[in-house]
Amino acid sequence: MTAERYIFPHKHLLGIEPLSPRDITALLDQAQAFEEVCERPNIKIVPALRKKLVVNLFFENSTRTRNSFEIAEKRLSAEIINFDADTSSLNKGETLIDTAMNLQAMHPDLIVMRHSAPGAHTLLSRHMKASIINAGDGSHEHPTQALLDAYTLRKHFGRLEGLRVAIVGDIRNSRVVRSNLWLLNRMGAKVTLVGPPTLVPQEMKATWPGIEICHDFDAVLPEQDAIMMLRAQFERGTGAYIPGQGEYSRFYQLNPARMKRARKDVVVLHPGPINRGLEITSDVADGPNNLILDQVTNGVPVRMAVLFMLSNPHGEQVP
Amino acid sequence: MSVPQGSCPVDPGQMEALLLDMAKGLLALVKPEEELVLLGIRSRGLPLAERLAEKLRALSGAPIPVGSLDITLYRDDLTEMVGSPIVRPTEIPFTLKERTVVLVDDVLYTGRTVRSAMDALLDHGRPRRVMLVVMAERSGRELPIQADLAGIRVQVPPGHRVAVSVREIDGTDGITVEAC
Repeated sequence: MTAERYIFPHKHLLGIEPLSPRDITALLDQAQAFEEVCERPNIKIVPALRKKLVVNLFFENSTRTRNSFEIAEKRLSAEIINFDADTSSLNKGETLIDTAMNLQAMHPDLIVMRHSAPGAHTLLSRHMKASIINAGDGSHEHPTQALLDAYTLRKHFGRLEGLRVAIVGDIRNSRVVRSNLWLLNRMGAKVTLVGPPTLVPQEMKATWPGIEICHDFDAVLPEQDAIMMLRAQFERGTGAYIPGQGEYSRFYQLNPARMKRARKDVVVLHPGPINRGLEITSDVADGPNNLILDQVTNGVPVRMAVLFMLSNPHGEQVP
Repeated sequence: MSVPQGSCPVDPGQMEALLLDMAKGLLALVKPEEELVLLGIRSRGLPLAERLAEKLRALSGAPIPVGSLDITLYRDDLTEMVGSPIVRPTEIPFTLKERTVVLVDDVLYTGRTVRSAMDALLDHGRPRRVMLVVMAERSGRELPIQADLAGIRVQVPPGHRVAVSVREIDGTDGITVEAC
């Protein structure tokens, strides 16, 4: 066969922004092969990352992302070190670079990091030989979440191009939104951002000219193929932007009354954790249209694909 | 057979006849009570396995399940490759337990692909026995592995490539020997 072999051109996964449609498609296709591994009746482990050392470096709390990464690493047979910010020298005043240099001295192959500072990963990537995977940096990007959302949508609809997706809620504080906007725009989906004016910054249209912004959820609901509900992030200060939780729920909660306005075959996504009764009611979150647990399931093969694609020496490298 | 470079030991019309011979040969090697399943090693082993299964069904009257195996994640040179290869799905929608698994591939050369394939398939279950059928067997083994059955056996010096084409992927059937 003379077809030219595609080589993933990135050493790190710092965000979705640097990825081309070809890169995104390659990751999603790769995840499909890993889904087969995860669905095997017997041994759900392959030796692809044998003898590779992966460090999970979490400076911010995370349960599902971290567990999902750890399961993905185990299914690829990687060696794993978990590095907790709580128990590290960071509490003794060590800088991020010092921590990184100390890790580098142990020659890890891949570093999965979550950090509250946007761009912390970019800084780290300049000092490390290892490949860095961004598992969330402040309100900047959360690329593996966007990839698993896209994987879930593509698996359900068979395509991303032309899909109408509403992303609803606390847009301002969400890193999930930013990664999803890069990805969905690049793959040709039509995105509408929905939320109160205080939580949907108008300037986002400058970065993503193709998107719509609407403050009336009921108006845009009927035409959507997918609704991506976001968590109202009170720990990140959402409360300061809205009059109250009751009012927020009245206008932006996805509940059975609103579902009646939506297409019968609409799908509902949520990155979790869910505030039941706030941005979404239980009967919708657990209802027939929801793909919320599919997202969690799909997170593992998607992260396996990312780890695998970054684990080999590359040709021409771009960050 | 010993063949000069640039030759075509098998032309398009002969492939079907070879597959029929292989199907007959395979039935002679297995006992009537053995439950056969074929696993084609991607890429070209899969269409060969499908065609072989069709011939077996015509000869024996019994349908033979066919699955596919992608061995990428089990390769012993995986960490030395430039970039990560795209992995295609492995599809084994039936049990391997107590079955006689026939691995089907296009060319047997170093034996490393077959080693990887055995690792991969044993993660899916414990067959009664595993056999290997290839369209072309050539010299150059690096592991103690041999085929139970081969369409043709060719002696070629190192630095040469034995290439099997199948119409499902390449548009035409055939086997060629080229310098590489």
